[in-house]
Amino acid sequence: MNGSFWAMGGYARYVWPCFAAAGIVLAWNVWSARRYQLACRLRARRMLQAGAE
Amino acid sequence: MWTWFYKLASPPYVYAAAAALLPWFCTLALVTIGYGLVDGLAFAPPDYQQGDAFRIIYVHAPSAWMSLFAYTTMAVAGAIALIWRIKIGHAVAAATAPIGASFTLLALITGSLWGRPMWGTYWAWDPRLTSELILLFLYVGVMSLRSAFEDPARGDRAAALLAIVGVVNVPIIHYSVVWWNSLHQAATVAKLGKPEMSASMLVPLLSMLLGFMLFFGAVLCMRLQGEVLNRERQARWIREAVK
Repeated sequence: MNGSFWAMGGYARYVWPCFAAAGIVLAWNVWSARRYQLACRLRARRMLQAGAE
Repeated sequence: MWTWFYKLASPPYVYAAAAALLPWFCTLALVTIGYGLVDGLAFAPPDYQQGDAFRIIYVHAPSAWMSLFAYTTMAVAGAIALIWRIKIGHAVAAATAPIGASFTLLALITGSLWGRPMWGTYWAWDPRLTSELILLFLYVGVMSLRSAFEDPARGDRAAALLAIVGVVNVPIIHYSVVWWNSLHQAATVAKLGKPEMSASMLVPLLSMLLGFMLFFGAVLCMRLQGEVLNRERQARWIREAVK
């Protein structure tokens, strides 16, 4: 990768933050969905255990 | 006649389908977004007017498209749940809202960063920008309304109603550049059969759009599994599912 690629024709300070924002939003989506999925699974498991006891 | 429809919408079937589809959506999303990024950033030529700033389109346009697609999905799911009393519709609507809201926010951020060098300002009360901001407020409203009721069923119904009413904003966003004078450029890709982009720029854009759709599918599968578990925790089949 040469310097001109990172410079983006002088628009680097607009282009790269856009791709960084996209990366953050996509990563947040995966993280929050996974967290929600695991929390719901744990809650359901606890309810089942409480019902069995 | 409707047996298949109700079977398709049964929580255990949806839970199993989401689990089966998830790895496919993840893998294909990684491949298409990866290809779109490399091709769009490194190989597509700079635009003759916008220079390299045009590359923002590779995240801006897919996120804007997904903001509309997710909202329409949410409204349709809400309508199905209200009309046919299919509970899974509310689960799909609830799972879609945060994903759609995040894509809308991303479209606004990237659009604003694109606007600064092209229009000389980060924000203008332009019809396209304003209607997209209203879309974000609608998403927030739908999510807040759902959680505002003690009775989750009432929250689901209220959120579905707001989502259905708010769907009127989707064509307004799409046609805002045609109906009013707008700083925002008109459609360059959506002109069926005659996009105003060269193939070297268009192919990575279509790849990113496909990748974002697959990504939406993957995250929806994850959230939907959680929603189903949350709503069906009293059901007998849950025991097998959470083992």
